[in-house]
Amino acid sequence: MQKVKWNILTKALIVLATAVCGLMLADNPVLAAGQELNVLTWCDHTDPDLLRAFEQKHNVRINMKEYDGTGVALALLEQSQPGDWDVFVVDSIDVKRVAKLGLLAPLNEKDFPWDDIFPEIRTPQLHNIDGKLYAVPEKFGYNTIAYNNKNTDPADMRDAAVLWNPKYKGRIAIYDYYIPVIEMVAIGLGINPADLNKSHLPAIKEKLFKMKEMSALVGDVVQVQTALATGEVDIIAGGGEFSVSVLHKENPALDWVLPNQGGVRWQQAIGVFAASKKKDLALKFVQYILSPEGQGRLATSSCYWAMPANSKATLTAEQKKILRWDEQPKFLANSYFYLQPDEDFDKAMLDVWTQMLQH
Amino acid sequence: MQEKANIKGWGFIGPGLLWTVAFFAIPLLIMAAYSLFQRVGGRIVTDLSLNNYLAFFSKPHHLNALVNSIEVTLLTTVISILLAYPLAYILAYRVPPRWQRIALMMAILPFWTSYVVRSYSWLLVLSNNGVISNVMQWLGIVDGPISLANSRAATVLGFVHFFTMLLTLTIFANLVQISPNYRMAAADLGASRWQAFWRITLPLSIPGVMVGAFLTIVLALGDYITPQILGGFREVLLPQAIMLQIQRQADFPMASAMSLVLMAVISIIFLLFSRWLKIERM
Repeated sequence: MQKVKWNILTKALIVLATAVCGLMLADNPVLAAGQELNVLTWCDHTDPDLLRAFEQKHNVRINMKEYDGTGVALALLEQSQPGDWDVFVVDSIDVKRVAKLGLLAPLNEKDFPWDDIFPEIRTPQLHNIDGKLYAVPEKFGYNTIAYNNKNTDPADMRDAAVLWNPKYKGRIAIYDYYIPVIEMVAIGLGINPADLNKSHLPAIKEKLFKMKEMSALVGDVVQVQTALATGEVDIIAGGGEFSVSVLHKENPALDWVLPNQGGVRWQQAIGVFAASKKKDLALKFVQYILSPEGQGRLATSSCYWAMPANSKATLTAEQKKILRWDEQPKFLANSYFYLQPDEDFDKAMLDVWTQMLQH
Repeated sequence: MQEKANIKGWGFIGPGLLWTVAFFAIPLLIMAAYSLFQRVGGRIVTDLSLNNYLAFFSKPHHLNALVNSIEVTLLTTVISILLAYPLAYILAYRVPPRWQRIALMMAILPFWTSYVVRSYSWLLVLSNNGVISNVMQWLGIVDGPISLANSRAATVLGFVHFFTMLLTLTIFANLVQISPNYRMAAADLGASRWQAFWRITLPLSIPGVMVGAFLTIVLALGDYITPQILGGFREVLLPQAIMLQIQRQADFPMASAMSLVLMAVISIIFLLFSRWLKIERM
């Protein structure tokens, strides 16, 4: 009798498991299509709301692999076989480096809506080699000052020197990325980031030490975001729309701004791998991301928000307000790219940064 | 016959040996080789040199990271032992056997949660809006919110929460193996309870303490998550310094050299502990 019960139970479980697997597979586009597109990307492209429309239209499954720095992405690529990857989302400042390694396929400029892309973001000097385009700018934002506008004076946030203003002692979190924060300190000291060199490091180190003494913590995006969201701090040095916009619904007091002296602009681009075996589909995906619909979804991705490269992106008035859309002409004119230091200067900057962390 | 026994012996140790060679010895050799390479112009150059080691030992901030790691680890180990020993003792000798299983289950509960989630939970508990700050304000101990997060103390607390339980298990496993006859004999010979503990139980339980302490040191010394989440970079520990080299500069040769320094420290600790490390007693 006991045995019979077990048999029934086993059969029931098998039927249930089969049904569940069937339901899961039925919802899976790859089953019908047998096609996959492999994308190496920052986390913002992993939002299902962004991918769904493309997957359904092209009957394809998109596999996303997140990375958090070009160095890490290159290490991943070293361990991969040619053809493993189809699309690469990469920092604009690294496009030439990646293209020179032979990883990116040249693209046809005519395939993209250049007239709709903000002129300041087109930056062929970052995306082209010998007149050939290797990646298209898709999203940008700023490493600047994010803050809680209820606990701080928003007027103070317009001054880059707020990072060492004693008024906010113990209420600042520093984003742990040495290049943009060192550039921000340079801006606060009146140094043009484009002119930064080793001779500026002693003055920058002094200010970094001062910032450290005044800060509550130094941490990665999640840590500084958590600290701001929980009220542990009121300011993120090096934060920006990417760190607060996604939290705006829960806490409208979380805001960001570019100081009057300027800020640091980051920009990401999207390209097709030279070894991809699905270049046509990969190109269609890049075009989708650059379309107004794709740009609107990418700009408001659940991982992080930022400005779309396409000025015709489908965004609501409220979303544009959060992204400070109307102030973009001023911000774009008053912002500097990430530095591209040579190896020696890069090591020197990281040394200064590590000393600050130890301070 | 002897030959057959030899083949059988290799058959038993073969899979383990193969696993160790494939996933420990070979990666270690690769890492050692990388530590002698250089990163030049974004590429790894295979010219052998000791430059990465020289760079590590010539920069005070790197050495400080090593010193900080050792200090935090020692602090964690000592506090964890002081908390774990009485707990293990009570579990082994005072809790009735039928309750021991439940008590042990409670002891290992922290291991069931994700390490990252546990660290973030501590961050929320210790923050200025957290439970501790609110209770202290409610009791009138402090006037305003206080933050205990983002400090060495927070890192040590996060470690202690985890390692106390680990040490409790190793010490408990050792204590229950000590025959009660020893203590009874000591009592018959006129020893007080304290003398029996001091002269018999404690010396016999040292292997359990040492195994737990060694595991604590190895795991805490190489841990990146807890100091990263709870320490708030008030100071840099060596694993964090290694990650800075990887994440920000993709300088794998420098990171390999620093990792091998860390491993050398762990090896020295192992040699110091080896006298007491009787794993077979566990």
